[in-house]
Amino acid sequence: MPGKVLIVIPCYNEEASLPSVLDELHQTTLPGGYQMEVAVINDCSKDNTVAVAKKHKATVLDLPVNLGIGGAVQTGIRYAKENDFDIAIQLDGDGQHPPKELEKLIGHHMESGANVVIGSRFLEKEGFQSSFLRRLGISYFHWVNRVMTGKHIYDSTSGFRLFDKAAIKIAAANYPDEYPEPESLVLFSKAGLKIAEVPVIMSARRGGQSSIRSFGSLYYCIKVSLAMFFSFIRKP
Amino acid sequence: MQRIQIIAIIVNILFVLYIARLIVKGKLREEYAIVWVICTVFLLIFSFWTEGLELLSRLTGVVLASNMVFTGFIFAILIYLLHLSVVASKLHNNNKKLAQEISLLKEQFDKYVSEHK
Repeated sequence: MPGKVLIVIPCYNEEASLPSVLDELHQTTLPGGYQMEVAVINDCSKDNTVAVAKKHKATVLDLPVNLGIGGAVQTGIRYAKENDFDIAIQLDGDGQHPPKELEKLIGHHMESGANVVIGSRFLEKEGFQSSFLRRLGISYFHWVNRVMTGKHIYDSTSGFRLFDKAAIKIAAANYPDEYPEPESLVLFSKAGLKIAEVPVIMSARRGGQSSIRSFGSLYYCIKVSLAMFFSFIRKP
Repeated sequence: MQRIQIIAIIVNILFVLYIARLIVKGKLREEYAIVWVICTVFLLIFSFWTEGLELLSRLTGVVLASNMVFTGFIFAILIYLLHLSVVASKLHNNNKKLAQEISLLKEQFDKYVSEHK
């Protein structure tokens, strides 16, 4: 029996970029005979994200209050758990994560059996590479992750990632709200999951704004470092 | 009795009455009221018994009795603020769970409705 894959798209005001992302997804066939379902999680958008998503035949999970990226992704993960999906893949609604790269994530998961597969911008220097400061922050988190998880994770802030059943179970119960990407890796590695990275080519976003902007970046670093530290010392 | 004592006692009594009113009207939960009631009890005690303050400050080595009152209250307020942050974090988590549950139920409901049209 072929497995089921849920594509989790957390959205906040993404009506501009969402149609092309969903169209591309519907044209994509996944390796390994996996069946795909697309879930758009609307994090209380002020635009027509819900209508656009419904028009493009996506499952819509409509949050009544704004939970932030982590809470939205966790909603999708919980949907995956309740509906017994084998794999959940987070993919951003702004077009940064090209659907054709999905096969790399799934392929790597099937080959290596890793529980979490991260689509990484940095293993190969191709495609959109983001700004200098952003990359500085990312190398800082590489270092923090090495200290806390003992693993080399180059793109720990990448939101393009695959969760298998074991990871879905953990993330459904416990997933950080704000800036969840680096912190959740500490959670997963403490739970003994295998984390792998696979090079993908990302594009610059087609619309919307990054959740991490100039003034917030210092706050981001401090908040995430603290959160990672406390996840690290917390008993699993 | 000094004038300041009388003022403190009256203010205290008004404060207790206000807390009682809030509880009766259901606007303040009892568990959050406890702290305020304890505070007013302390205030009342020392409004009547001013020598007690002098005694306590001599015991703890604080030069001015008023400084001890300030220090004590600032500490109490800090602790209470921390407690409120804990309460807010708990509410935040509960709120998140509820919102997620609602979105999942809404999706199920929509699916059910469209299947049974």
